[in-house]
Amino acid sequence: MIKAVMMMNTQGKPRLAKFYDFLPVEKQQELIRGVFSVLSSRPENVSNFLEIDSLFGPDSRLVYKHYATLYFVLVFDGSENELAMLDLIQVLVETLDKCFSNVCELDIVFNYSKMHTVLDEIVFGGQVLETRSDEIMKAVEEISKLEAASNSISLVPKSVSGWRGGR
Amino acid sequence: MEQLKTIGRELAMGSQGGFGQSKEFLDLVKSIGESRSKAEEDRIVLSEIDILKRKLLEPDVPKRKMKEYIIRLVYIEMLGHDASFGYIHAVKMTHDDNLLLKRTGYLAVTLFLDEDHDLIILIVNTIQKDLRSDNYLVVCAALNAVCRLINEETIPAVLPQVVDLLNHGKEAVRKKAIMALHRFHRKSPSSVSHLVSNFRRKLCDSDPGVMGATLCPLFDLISEDVASYKDLVSSFVGILKQVTERKLPKSYDYHQMPAPFIQIKLLKIMALLSSGDKSASEMMYMVLGDLFRKCDSSTNIGNAILYECIRCISCIIPSPKLLEDAAEAISKFLKSDSHNLKYMGIDGLGRLIKISSDIAEQHQLAVIDCLEDPDDTLKRKTFELLYKMTKSSNVEVIVDRMIDYMISINDNHYKTEIASRCVELAEQFAPSNQWFIQIMNKVFEHAGDLVNIKVAHNLMRLIAEGFGEDDDDADNKLRLSAVESYLQIISEPKLPSLFLQVISWVLGEYGTADGKYSASYISGKLCDVADAYSSDETVKGYAVTALMKIYAFEIASWRKVDVLPECQSLIEELLASHSTDLQQRAYELQALLALDARAVESILPLDASCEDIEVDKDLSFLNGYIQQAIESGAQPYVSERERSGGMFETTDYHSQDHHEVTSHALRFEAYELPKPSVPSQASAALVPVPEPSYYSEPHQPISTSSSVSERESSEIKLRLDGVKQKWGRPSYQSSTSASSSTPPQAANGTSIRSDGGGVASSSSSKPRSSYESKKPEIDPEKQRLAASLFGGSSSSSRSDRKSSSGGHKPAKGTANKPATVPKENPIPVPDLLDFDEPTGTSDVAATDPFKELEGLMESSSQDGGGSTDVMGLYSTDASAPVKTTTSVDSLLSELSDSSRGTYHQSQTTKGPNSKEALEKDALVRQMGVNPTSQNPTLFKDLLG
Repeated sequence: MIKAVMMMNTQGKPRLAKFYDFLPVEKQQELIRGVFSVLSSRPENVSNFLEIDSLFGPDSRLVYKHYATLYFVLVFDGSENELAMLDLIQVLVETLDKCFSNVCELDIVFNYSKMHTVLDEIVFGGQVLETRSDEIMKAVEEISKLEAASNSISLVPKSVSGWRGGR
Repeated sequence: MEQLKTIGRELAMGSQGGFGQSKEFLDLVKSIGESRSKAEEDRIVLSEIDILKRKLLEPDVPKRKMKEYIIRLVYIEMLGHDASFGYIHAVKMTHDDNLLLKRTGYLAVTLFLDEDHDLIILIVNTIQKDLRSDNYLVVCAALNAVCRLINEETIPAVLPQVVDLLNHGKEAVRKKAIMALHRFHRKSPSSVSHLVSNFRRKLCDSDPGVMGATLCPLFDLISEDVASYKDLVSSFVGILKQVTERKLPKSYDYHQMPAPFIQIKLLKIMALLSSGDKSASEMMYMVLGDLFRKCDSSTNIGNAILYECIRCISCIIPSPKLLEDAAEAISKFLKSDSHNLKYMGIDGLGRLIKISSDIAEQHQLAVIDCLEDPDDTLKRKTFELLYKMTKSSNVEVIVDRMIDYMISINDNHYKTEIASRCVELAEQFAPSNQWFIQIMNKVFEHAGDLVNIKVAHNLMRLIAEGFGEDDDDADNKLRLSAVESYLQIISEPKLPSLFLQVISWVLGEYGTADGKYSASYISGKLCDVADAYSSDETVKGYAVTALMKIYAFEIASWRKVDVLPECQSLIEELLASHSTDLQQRAYELQALLALDARAVESILPLDASCEDIEVDKDLSFLNGYIQQAIESGAQPYVSERERSGGMFETTDYHSQDHHEVTSHALRFEAYELPKPSVPSQASAALVPVPEPSYYSEPHQPISTSSSVSERESSEIKLRLDGVKQKWGRPSYQSSTSASSSTPPQAANGTSIRSDGGGVASSSSSKPRSSYESKKPEIDPEKQRLAASLFGGSSSSSRSDRKSSSGGHKPAKGTANKPATVPKENPIPVPDLLDFDEPTGTSDVAATDPFKELEGLMESSSQDGGGSTDVMGLYSTDASAPVKTTTSVDSLLSELSDSSRGTYHQSQTTKGPNSKEALEKDALVRQMGVNPTSQNPTLFKDLLG
């Protein structure tokens, strides 16, 4: 099972963090900081794997990939395959790249909810759900389209009154 | 108008798809990006929180604005600040009809709330409604929330809907429904136990994606209960076969591999199902063999599958051919330049070595390279491998390496682990006692604060007991060498507390035993320790008790005792100590010095730490006292069972219990007395709960490291028997000690004995039996490895030394066996690698494995085709379920060619658009998100 997905930049600022078991905010921060301090001390050209029992409990592994200014991090337990997880990061990044055409840190920061949409299509409740980036793209686009449609219909006439009515 | 402005800005930002944010959000992100310190960032976020608090309270917030606020809240919380004031607005948003808002609401609540949060109750109803929605995206969003927000109590509220969704028209929904059900199963297996059959059924879903999703829950179910899923082996083999034969739609290919994630999951499941099952294992020989041939080892995902095959083979009962394939794959991994593959290779080696111990032999150089590698992860993995392949012939080199590494790292977590591994290996395979003590000294010196206290007790026990052989000479020699090594180490600065305790104890017991060192020399050293670590009361306690033993031995042998002036001042200092424990020890020491030789000898007999003490559990020695008390009007003892009417509370019980022994009222009072001086002690002493420990007897010092010492551990033990000292101390001090000081001393003496004795008695039972039970699994293989690795090389002197020094433990009798095999230094020594290696693989596969497999192939392929019609549904050309190998091969090559072509194409179209990238880069800089590289195509390495 996948325990967490994180993206953080090379200065340690979290850009996206999703934990598949609920953790209080403070604990999340502690883990993010812990992961960053380990990652930032890794030299270049070493393996992408880490055994990270000290932070996430026994039998926890971490796979990370460093792209330009970002670290992509997956934390998971012994029931996953490290190399496959590395490819899952690849799937995620490829999908984001399609989504934003040449994705960069800024896209991730500003499209927070879209990031989550993409991620939710790939990993669902800690399990790998979909790994075909075309399919993921299709789903995400469909969501965007429908959201845009529901927006354009409801926004102007209904939004204000609807909200009032709701209260 | 406001909205129009926002949209305009979005367009200017160049972000796509209607997810855009307003200027405020961009500003927030920008200013946080530019902040130079954590404090500055916090200030920005705090002011943002103020703004949001205010805005959320405004009446008539437009929805669009509200959505934006929620996103800002999520962002703030990700930065580690509390956004709970806005949770309710997120909850409200989930009720909205607008899909965008609803999804935003769900996103926010899944990130904000945990399943037991109070607000969940407000969402359950919405979730129920949304699960029935016509819009499958709404259903998906709700399922997402279900996964995260539904706890054991609310499962029944949504379960029927989720089960209905298993048959939804959209495969995306079916997949997510399965995952949700899986999540329920994880949270509360009982609530969905009647639905488990659904997972089996969904394995035959018409959509391969749904089938793939079903593998996740099945993996969990099978790992819990293998037996009831054995019937699925042939189905899984059939599915895997069809996947590898590319019967799935091409969209499932990833980097030219057909559905690799499904393959990996299947291999994992098959490993579970066929573990130790010969017939199930045989069913998968062919498909595994195929995988080794087909997997493209030039891609990462291909290697992932290869690794999974190795893992699978290490679990099942493999054929020699498969083992050979696996070994070959491992050697490819190890020879690769990629650290990731090396890591996987080392891991695979560690797994296969259990089955075929000679596999490591050909990779010695590679293993040593990994050990020298700057990559910590790889290094640790290699140490794990070495740990697995340690045996008595190579233990010295491996443990030395481990200790060197242990000294070099700062990570306490791993330091602890590797220290405990060193200790374990040393205990198990030590070639000589001297070596064992040296290793323990090193471990204590460098990781003394991290190792378990039981390790220290083991060592003390070992030194005290000798080694289970009736060779007093050897024992004495060992003790002397221990004493000598400690006298050397003792003057080094900053030794860990635990180590000092061991040193003090050993010096006290055996410092003067040999006559080589004078009492005054040893006692001077002990005083130095007590002085140098004056803040550590445990060490001081050990040191004082050690002093007492030294003096007692002197008195008992009718020698005149000169108490050193520094000793005298130490005693005086401790007499006034805040710690009652130290005070008592000092008083006891003082009293002992005044006694004559015979009395002292019976208090502290020489080298008696291993003697068992007899404990009178019936407390018959108190009978007279009780009789006397009853005669003078005391109430007789009422046993706990008789009191069970609930009349007495625990304190009453204690007071009454105590009343029998002394006239004091509350037992707890005496217990709390020593504690107020040092706050940290209070908790330790007030909670005398023994840790669950290695031995049968409780080890108080584990929990009360600050003040309690060897004697107290025995007191805890003795508490059961009623001879306790601390609990009953008031009685001693008030009455008994006035008449004579002997009784407490005697108690003290026995308690010291009992410490050693208790350890000793447990030592002869538990640990040893555990070794013995361990031995049979490990040893034969290791011996074979030793023989195959080092056979024919010159024999070393070690075997001689070992036989002279004797076994470290009786269990080592078995470990000693390899000594008959001529041995040389083990694997990790490079200079020894030039030795001719015996050919280890000559005996494998005498018969042609393919011949053997051919028969299997037919039966299993028929089997697969018959039982799992499933895959026929996926493939477009399902008419021929089993193709002949040649046609498959040709088809394969065609397929891979064409797919490769498309891949290249997509690459070119996807290639970096430098103009766009440059613009983006400029924007990044402008926004204060400093990219480290000058390269404008930030993700160039993405496709490389």
